[in-house]
Amino acid sequence: MMHLLAADPTLADFGKDPLWITIIKAVMLFVFLMLGVLFGVWFERKLISRMQHRYGPNRAGKFGLLQSVADGLKMGLKEDLFPRTVDKVLYLLAPVIMVVPAFLAFSIVPFAPMVNLFGVQTPLQLVDLPVAVLFMLAMGAVSVYGVVLAGWSSRSPYALLGGLRSAAQVVSYEIAMGLSFVAIFLFAGTLSTSEIVKAQEQTWFAVLLIPSFLIYVVCMFGEAARIPFDLPEGEGELVGGFQTEYSSSLKFALIMMGEYLHTFTASGIAVTLFLGGWRAPWPISLWDGANVGWLPVLWFFIKFVLTFSFIVWVRASLPRVRYDQLMALGWKVLIPVNLAWILLVAAVRNVVINEGDRMIGIGLGAVIVIGALAIWMRFDTVNQRRREARKAQVEAEFEELSKEPVAGGFPVPPLDLPHYHGVQHKEIPSGTN
Amino acid sequence: MGETITFWVLAVVSVGAALGVVFNRKAVYSALMLGTVMLSLAVLYAVQDAPFLAAVQIIVYTGAIMMLFLFVLMLVGVDSSDSFVETLKGQRFWAAIAALGFVTLIVLAFGNAIFADEVGLAQATAQGGYIRSIALLLFTKYVFAFEITSALLITAALGAMVLAHRERLTEKATQKDLSRARFLGDRPSPLPGPGTYARNNAIDMPALLPDGSVAESSVNRYIARYDVEHGHLPEDPKLAAAIRHRADDEGSESGDAESNAEESNGVTK
Repeated sequence: MMHLLAADPTLADFGKDPLWITIIKAVMLFVFLMLGVLFGVWFERKLISRMQHRYGPNRAGKFGLLQSVADGLKMGLKEDLFPRTVDKVLYLLAPVIMVVPAFLAFSIVPFAPMVNLFGVQTPLQLVDLPVAVLFMLAMGAVSVYGVVLAGWSSRSPYALLGGLRSAAQVVSYEIAMGLSFVAIFLFAGTLSTSEIVKAQEQTWFAVLLIPSFLIYVVCMFGEAARIPFDLPEGEGELVGGFQTEYSSSLKFALIMMGEYLHTFTASGIAVTLFLGGWRAPWPISLWDGANVGWLPVLWFFIKFVLTFSFIVWVRASLPRVRYDQLMALGWKVLIPVNLAWILLVAAVRNVVINEGDRMIGIGLGAVIVIGALAIWMRFDTVNQRRREARKAQVEAEFEELSKEPVAGGFPVPPLDLPHYHGVQHKEIPSGTN
Repeated sequence: MGETITFWVLAVVSVGAALGVVFNRKAVYSALMLGTVMLSLAVLYAVQDAPFLAAVQIIVYTGAIMMLFLFVLMLVGVDSSDSFVETLKGQRFWAAIAALGFVTLIVLAFGNAIFADEVGLAQATAQGGYIRSIALLLFTKYVFAFEITSALLITAALGAMVLAHRERLTEKATQKDLSRARFLGDRPSPLPGPGTYARNNAIDMPALLPDGSVAESSVNRYIARYDVEHGHLPEDPKLAAAIRHRADDEGSESGDAESNAEESNGVTK
């Protein structure tokens, strides 16, 4: 029993570290994230180019491994430009606001259970709070300020549009994302990440709560502004979006780092909340030693890299959606579906686990389902009637136009030219000149 | 000790930021200062052992509400300043009364908190931690107030939607409709692109047609107007005349095309 307790840290295990252990953990996390950005960029470029039958970066270092280092050096050595009309304070501050919360948000991700760090038993997680997941959401909310301010302070229409898009997009997708965590909170009974990982000892929440997981995966792209939802950047329509006026100097490097850190946070949260955190995957988890000591770091890292690869894969596969499609998906699909799913989860939990009154539960459920069906059928018939009327109108118009092609109809050549009407067709046998 | 230090540091920051909200000339800076005040409050909550309140303060106030403020301010424009004409009659008087009432409320609330018997954090959060205790109070003792507040918010949101709603009288034009309309109009093809010359490669340079005439419709009307207003006209008199003519043009797209054809013919002759 003691052994199990040592392996699975809870909230009570935090806040006991000596200061130097906390500092070491913070430095380790920082180094992990910095190296993660350097090699994450290389990994993404390499993976995506393999998916597109290219080689990708292969000049700097073995396999192009040093490509990001070279890029970073170049960005550091370039002249730091301030376009003439920008709002200097905010223009400089915006990349910083983007990066700092992104680092902070990762601090609640557990990498491993209790480990022996220089002779001290400590959970391999920088900090845990009773509201750790909410803290992550809060940091996400703060870092949008960076994007919005970068857009506003640039004093350029493209940048401003990118900033506005980002503000609306992130606020919308944060709602759906927060709702997708609710089912987890119901099952885990806590908001602390270490205890959520602990609650996934039997089943991962990705299996138990598939709808929540799928909704989170969609929201993850919206929140991290990755393709298919990278509309704040949208180089097809907005040149560079909010970062149009940031030339490739250190400020741009910060922006890029912030974006990668957000993607990492999204992957880390997906792994922690849905994919069992540092727990070993199924066949390995039968072995008792798999979830003890430093080994779980490996499981966490594998899951983390696979999730990141999935995000890259999606980028290679899907085109960018239109802005109204993005908003419609967020508000009209993800949020209502999520609410219905939470209702179902809460009802089932209440009836099955807490042994609440079965009759009340079933009765209320029946009323809700019948009501929803009635509303849906009412609106569906109205919509269907509209669609049919529209189709009939288009067909009638088409009929009319094809009857009289020359009277302002479709641009076709006149159909009464002489050679259409039985003018002698001279046969030319082959072999004649 | 740590709490005291945090308090004094954040007190200076948040009071300074609050003054900044009032005294800043740019609305966006004021909004950011308000965001700073909110963040300081969140940290103070966290220091006072209320992490849930702190997180919610950041997510809801800083993340959502301030972001919407900022959204509106950004749309208002960079250099717009407030007008100081008072449109509401006697608003100062009523504002003073409202302020007095608010101050009374705050004093009473603080007095209540200060002079009441302390329950202690441990006892207040005895029901299984912060979040459960808040949830318990919210959904038992204060459930009516909670529901009334949400009803109020929904009413406000609905009111805003009713005020801003515009009934669509005609169906929204689909891509198909637009394509049909284009083919039924005079010009099924896209407008000509702007000119690309050895010395100029810009969207405000009219293109030349194969016969050497100027294609006026290759320049956007608004850009042409901007050029005329700011005197950014090309040296070539032919191109300058075309831009000037384009800027004066008030007609619709089809009118444009016709007048453009006539004009360009005139120029060639």
